[in-house]
Amino acid sequence: MAANNSSPNLYERMLTIDRRWIFMLLTIVVVVVYMLDLKVPVNVTEEVRTIYERIEGLNEGAVILLGMDYDPSTLAELHPMTYTLLKQCFRKKVKVLVTALHQNGPGMADQAIRESATLHYEATGDSVEYGRDLVFLGYKPYPAIVINSLGQDFHISFPLDYYNTSIDSLPLTQRINNLTQVAAIINISGTSATDYWISYGAAAYNVPLAIGVTGVMATDYYPYLQAGRIFGLMGGLKGAAEYEQLAGNVGSATAGMAMQMWAHLLIIFFIIIGNIGYFMSKMQGAKE
Amino acid sequence: MRRQIPLLLVFLLGTAIVLQEFIPLDFAKAFKEFALDWTIVIGVFAMALGIWSLTKVSMEKVRRRSENWQYSIVALAGLAAMMLFSIWSWATVGIEHALSGYMFVQFFDYVMVPIQATMFSLLAFFIASAAYRAFRARSLLASLLLVAAVIVMLRVVYMGPLSDPVNVMADWIINVPNLAAKRAILVGVGLGIVATALKVILGIERTYLGRD
Repeated sequence: MAANNSSPNLYERMLTIDRRWIFMLLTIVVVVVYMLDLKVPVNVTEEVRTIYERIEGLNEGAVILLGMDYDPSTLAELHPMTYTLLKQCFRKKVKVLVTALHQNGPGMADQAIRESATLHYEATGDSVEYGRDLVFLGYKPYPAIVINSLGQDFHISFPLDYYNTSIDSLPLTQRINNLTQVAAIINISGTSATDYWISYGAAAYNVPLAIGVTGVMATDYYPYLQAGRIFGLMGGLKGAAEYEQLAGNVGSATAGMAMQMWAHLLIIFFIIIGNIGYFMSKMQGAKE
Repeated sequence: MRRQIPLLLVFLLGTAIVLQEFIPLDFAKAFKEFALDWTIVIGVFAMALGIWSLTKVSMEKVRRRSENWQYSIVALAGLAAMMLFSIWSWATVGIEHALSGYMFVQFFDYVMVPIQATMFSLLAFFIASAAYRAFRARSLLASLLLVAAVIVMLRVVYMGPLSDPVNVMADWIINVPNLAAKRAILVGVGLGIVATALKVILGIERTYLGRD
């Protein structure tokens, strides 16, 4: 009896697993799945399909605005969306205006633009000409104010682009002045800037808007999707993987889905273990 | 007078900004553009204030040898280095390369990006541990939360023919109970924003003026 009192039984142990074991097992699962390069099928949801189809339906020369409002912390989930979207636009010859309204975002946006253009050139032999096919407006503080001013005139917030070139001298920004002239806004965001795009960009100027957000943010934006305030939603790595699937462009999101799936299964396993321990301990306590 | 003038300015500009939304004339549009220009200019000053504040607080911490003062040196060194790299590129190559200079980009790509990505990745480990501890079927509500969480997590798990019913259930959870709660919160927040804006415009809410 004395030994039983001093050391916890199996069910009590199931209730109090040291979190370091959870961390270690999660690491092992992610590393092993990464090394085995496992693939999982991804089912495409309607909210992602609508974004893809909207861009596919645009005519050559149409302009979209791509808002990249995220920083390196959410890069793993959001960068694949940006790359796939940019490549789709380049393939469709849809012109792209890019903004980056997070202070740590412009460097990443610049990198994504350059790499996507290079990948497109390598795949098709078509070069993306800066100023004609794409303009990167860059960063300005206070997203709500900047988005509001984009609806009035791009020149208010961005007389110069990210590379300090006057936007008056670039063919793309010579022919369009404000948000009402773009076919759609796609906002890829890990911040509250998405709320501003919904209120001050899409609703105020009646421009179709779709969003790509992190997994934890996604549920916040379903009310807007159901109300028709946004026409599409990509949520987290899964949303990015769905988009890659649609675009036939298997990238880092599709590769990451296997790791995410096994990590989720491990978490569910631990939840089940915890609950078995809880109920068995309770039953044992009731018996005693 | 020190309080009356700001209050009057807030009342006049706040009212004008609201009214211009209802006036479909050129002068209202011009006023909005003018006001937005001003807001951006004021915003730039706030950024300068932020840099000054960070420098002051960090230097004070180092001077007093407060707890973890060494980190303040790293913060100041990072701030100075990035500014210098940018100014160096500006001075040597030209203003168009101020943010794309070699060292600036190297520090961003190989220091900033991995640091931030690592910090966010660590969340997955804490979420795993928190889920194990929090999702216990202790009561009816806790059980409902547990079941909902497991179904939504299973949404990304491929389970062959079982995937379809799980996806249907997960979509229902996201689109019905989740939406109901989110809508209630959104409407509440919206009304709160309107109320707070009115209080600021009418001078009832004055905390932004400071204490004296």
